[in-house]
Amino acid sequence: MSGNVIILAVIVLGIIGLTAAVLLFFISKAFKVEENPMIDEVAALLPGANCGGCGFAGCRGLAEAIVKSGNIGELRCPAGGNSTMENIAKLMGLEAVAAAPVIAVVRCNGTCENAPAKVNYDSMPSCFFANSLYAGASACPYGCLGCGDCVEACRFDAIHIDPVTKLPVVDENLCVGCGACAKTCPRHIIELRDKGTSGRVYVACMNKEKGAAAKKNCSAACIGCGKCAKNCPAEAITVENNLAYIDFRKCTLCQTCVSGCPTGAIHFSGATSEPEMEQKADE
Amino acid sequence: MKTFKIGGVHPEAQKLSNEVSVETFPLPKQATVFVTQSLGAPAVPVVAKGDKVKVGQLLAKAEAFICANVHSPFSGTVNKIEPVADFTGYKKSAIVIDVEGDEWDESIDTTEDIVSEIKLNREEIIERMKACGIVGLGGACFPTHVKYMLPPGKSADFILVNAAECEPYITTDYRMMLEQTEACLIGVEALLIASGAKQALIGIENNKPEAIKKLKEAVKTHPKIEIVPLKTKYPQGAEKQLIQALTGRTVPNGKLPIDVGCIVNNIATTHAVYEAVQKNKPLIETYTTITGKKLEKRKNYKIRLGTPLKDVLDTVGIPENTGKIISGGPMMGKAIANTNTFFVKGMSSILFLDASESKRVPESGCIRCGKCIQACPMGLEPYLFRMLAVQHRLEDLEAHGIMNCIECGCCQSGCPAHIPLLDTVKTGKSQTGTMIKSRQAKKS
Repeated sequence: MSGNVIILAVIVLGIIGLTAAVLLFFISKAFKVEENPMIDEVAALLPGANCGGCGFAGCRGLAEAIVKSGNIGELRCPAGGNSTMENIAKLMGLEAVAAAPVIAVVRCNGTCENAPAKVNYDSMPSCFFANSLYAGASACPYGCLGCGDCVEACRFDAIHIDPVTKLPVVDENLCVGCGACAKTCPRHIIELRDKGTSGRVYVACMNKEKGAAAKKNCSAACIGCGKCAKNCPAEAITVENNLAYIDFRKCTLCQTCVSGCPTGAIHFSGATSEPEMEQKADE
Repeated sequence: MKTFKIGGVHPEAQKLSNEVSVETFPLPKQATVFVTQSLGAPAVPVVAKGDKVKVGQLLAKAEAFICANVHSPFSGTVNKIEPVADFTGYKKSAIVIDVEGDEWDESIDTTEDIVSEIKLNREEIIERMKACGIVGLGGACFPTHVKYMLPPGKSADFILVNAAECEPYITTDYRMMLEQTEACLIGVEALLIASGAKQALIGIENNKPEAIKKLKEAVKTHPKIEIVPLKTKYPQGAEKQLIQALTGRTVPNGKLPIDVGCIVNNIATTHAVYEAVQKNKPLIETYTTITGKKLEKRKNYKIRLGTPLKDVLDTVGIPENTGKIISGGPMMGKAIANTNTFFVKGMSSILFLDASESKRVPESGCIRCGKCIQACPMGLEPYLFRMLAVQHRLEDLEAHGIMNCIECGCCQSGCPAHIPLLDTVKTGKSQTGTMIKSRQAKKS
């Protein structure tokens, strides 16, 4: 009896399967969507991380846009960089415009030491939620919340929370500059800046409060004193709303501002400079 | 016994400060009055640095439709106007006053006498509530006069007064009912005139038998007011739940109480209305319960707005091992991230939670048990909101009705996986609200 049931089931399911297969075969023939085979070829050249850095939902979206528009123009895969764009241009018989690679920098230096925590946060471990619930453990309403939404957003494993400082650190070698972290940060403290060949100089603070108020919560805050702007030989620094900003297009990496900043809010990072190397050796 | 139909929980009452009479908290040396003391837009300061102010003088004027006037709770000199951190740590514009003496504006009746006869007519009462900056003291701080500016074609059948005080720990409304019984009832009479309604119902949870007895005795001289004992169930005092419990009417989603002919006010608001209408006294004080299991000096204080929170904490003494200080009750209240702040309208309780009580149990995975759905008095699906909020899916949140959430916290209180549902749902709701607003702004 039970043997019969099994055989019957196999036969019935087999027939259903077969019929469905035949039907699907003809349906797929009849409703076939003609697609430019170039899209597949272009997509194959892209990194396939679907990071969204190009502005499309995924790599295929960018491939479609490139093939459909027929030129590269503003379209660009930041993760793949110049080499990927050149390959695509070659495939399509176009010319790629080389762009300087960018990298994410974290514009906050509210470490546990600089900005001591006054309260403990114990709700959802997410900056998105923490931002709506309170101003931050150090009470700086502009600083890093440290819950790691940027780490979660990164598809390249290039950003991590430092266990000592509780701040995100960008891995120079892995960051492709897609900007996923910058987009997800509720406080907008991550900025994409020119990677440069020999490093970057930036203000590691986003606090727009007046000097005294900013300094109260964080000893490394930008107090908007304007010393950096005055001394910058390249006139790359502007101070607005009590906060200095360095234009990376003008900056010559002379680092006058780095040594001159009274609170140490201006940072140099990248290809390690010689004085820093010596310092490290001393430590 | 009357109550609302779906959801609800029954937290331990913990009314530890029930028997403590209301005390007036002493005046501080310097006070800071936030210009945003209500739901809606901030009020615009009308005083400048160096100005002398009297108690009850207008400090900031409401210019938007949903906004309330802010008056000076102190006499003295305006020291400065600058952004000051509120209890979340975020800064908001505030007026700092150096307190000198206690000189009141002449137009305010400062005597203790009860004035029973209401001389003002409907429009005058609404205008007075607006001028005196009365806001809903049940927690939301919605400007009261706006509720009485009825949309064309709508009329009110009932004034419903929320005297449920369903949040655990808080006892100011209870004390108010016992100590200011007649004033509250005259306030209700004024609201009846302002709305044109025929009847007022005061809903009280049946765990306050003394207040029910006292009010029932007092309403004998107020034929339009009826006292209705309600079953003790949280959130009995929420607007839509109270309407359902008292009248059996259900407010459809997205509609207002006036659409079913009701206006709801808190019992503390009726007292503020009495003071405004009969004594011309603006809302410059808050009744606040200072409580906690480990707290020795539990208090019910009458505190001038703008008094530093630190002063109160120093007076009662923060108990050892306090894990969290909450503004409001344990269900809907918010943890205070910055104690260096000042009292505002509607701060009905300061609650000290011991470290052992306040510590969150580590969250485990949602097992789809449905307890949160069962507990939700609005018939929503909190577990789904939380999932969508984590993924920032605001359109889906809107489609599933997150804007109907009343943020009562029933879902979180019973979650066996200890998921912080309320925090996530609240954030999702505020983000969705912002999205809807910006969409409407784009359309118009």
